[in-house]
Amino acid sequence: MDEVNSEVLFKKGAEASLFLGNWHGKRVVIKRRLSKKYRPDKLDLAIRTYRTVHEPQLMHEAKVAGVPTPAVFMVDVQTSTIIMEFIEGYQVKRALDGFSQSERHKVCFKIGSLIGKLHLHDLIHGDLTTSNMILTSYSNVFFLDFGLGEKSSELEARGVDLHLLKRALESTHFKVAEECFQSVLQGYREVVGAVAAEELLEKIREIERRGRYVTERKNS
Amino acid sequence: MSTQEPKERYCLGIESTADDFGVGISTFSGQILANISDCYVPAEGGIHPREAARHHACVAEIVLKEAFTQSGIKPKDLSLIAFSQGPGLGPCLRTGATVARALASYLGVPLVGVNHSVGHIEIGKLQTGAKDPLTLYVSGGNTLVTAFSFGRYRVFGETLDIALGNCLDVFGREVGLKHKKGVPLGAAVEQLAQRGKELVLLPYVVKGMDLSLSGLLTAAVTLFQKGECTLEDLCYSLQETAFSMVTEITERALAHTEKKELLLTGGVAANKRLQAMLKSVADEHNATFNSVPLKFATDNGAMIAWTGILAFTHGLVTPVERSFVRLRWRVDKVDVPWMK
Repeated sequence: MDEVNSEVLFKKGAEASLFLGNWHGKRVVIKRRLSKKYRPDKLDLAIRTYRTVHEPQLMHEAKVAGVPTPAVFMVDVQTSTIIMEFIEGYQVKRALDGFSQSERHKVCFKIGSLIGKLHLHDLIHGDLTTSNMILTSYSNVFFLDFGLGEKSSELEARGVDLHLLKRALESTHFKVAEECFQSVLQGYREVVGAVAAEELLEKIREIERRGRYVTERKNS
Repeated sequence: MSTQEPKERYCLGIESTADDFGVGISTFSGQILANISDCYVPAEGGIHPREAARHHACVAEIVLKEAFTQSGIKPKDLSLIAFSQGPGLGPCLRTGATVARALASYLGVPLVGVNHSVGHIEIGKLQTGAKDPLTLYVSGGNTLVTAFSFGRYRVFGETLDIALGNCLDVFGREVGLKHKKGVPLGAAVEQLAQRGKELVLLPYVVKGMDLSLSGLLTAAVTLFQKGECTLEDLCYSLQETAFSMVTEITERALAHTEKKELLLTGGVAANKRLQAMLKSVADEHNATFNSVPLKFATDNGAMIAWTGILAFTHGLVTPVERSFVRLRWRVDKVDVPWMK
């Protein structure tokens, strides 16, 4: 870790703190999963270790699937630290509301197609929100924060993944949520095909009906 | 009575979504004059909706009378009747709604239906002084993280299956703990957990800002049946794991919404360990931690009365013909014009 210099905290997330630094002449992000005082040490260590090990693995597999993620330079399990490439761009969360409808469609369609690629490779992101996506100047979208991700070929896991994105859109961008989610689905459908997309949509509806106090739920 | 100002207006609120039948009386300025409730205790198993409703019908008169006695006002002094219109158990909701309709019609005052979850948030704000909090509402039927945004309380995180209180209660029942009046099973689990020493790793399932507790419950019950760990250690591990998950999603929502107040409410808010965990997270994010006093954190009539006042003074009324109960009335479907 001594090779890193000029560390500056630039984002204190819920789960990890992100520092900007310089590593062998490269501008890097240092992601540290800090110990949480509220939970017992044994659980704390298990969670941090699991996520620190799995996140870079899933980021690598995402690249294989054709989904841009930052390059990982180093992993230190002892300190739950990941050193990765700094991606120049804007959080989709910040950019989305200021966009025109056609720009929104373009970005959301892109996001949908990237999620499709992940799912085709049995990769579940686990925390799809617009805060975890970076829009670069050349209209590419990088996915971040795979800490809650998993490898799964189950329809249920893919359904929850997209359900979470839908919910994140509704709570954060509620004015354009429906429109954005439709664009995401179009992009998704183009990658996975109409049949798989429809199957997933039905699964999302089932997950939503299962939720608490949903009017659409069948009367038993 | 003689000290009351002549112009003060009063609202009576009726709560009957689940096992509690509660009546609260509040002044329009937010002074709670009465808050009485009676809890249905099943002989065995969980809440049977029809039996709970029967209980509510039996105790309604006594609870109402007691509320009037405690408040020192008379029925004719009331300006408004509020009732919890949902979400909750159908037969229980209908019993409360029937009492409310009858009172409003008899007294010739307006009726207003209140969303139960909104009621929890509003009474929590009134009692703690929080203005625009991120709320964690955890009870036998609800586990949700919500905050005001654009006209409504939006849901940022929630359970994908069972509620936190339900998880603790069912575990308590499965391991043979007995439900006593005034002591929920969750409280019995909390007491045992304090004597637990060894943490057993159990399924920890956080998905984005949502969580899932059913796998955790199954795993804990299975371990108990195998008899490999002590009950104290299992209660401790179950609590630590479930509360860590709830705390993690709350922290995520706090970082995401950047709210500066955290409000903890619902029946499980009584748990000291959960309070400590959430306070730690609030401190970390420079947010104030507001825990709702128990009598206003569990289901109660006062929260319905107060929220009814907020709704009524912002132009909302519920005519009797539209006062049907709403079993599945999500908090994010309710407009809250009193928040800006």
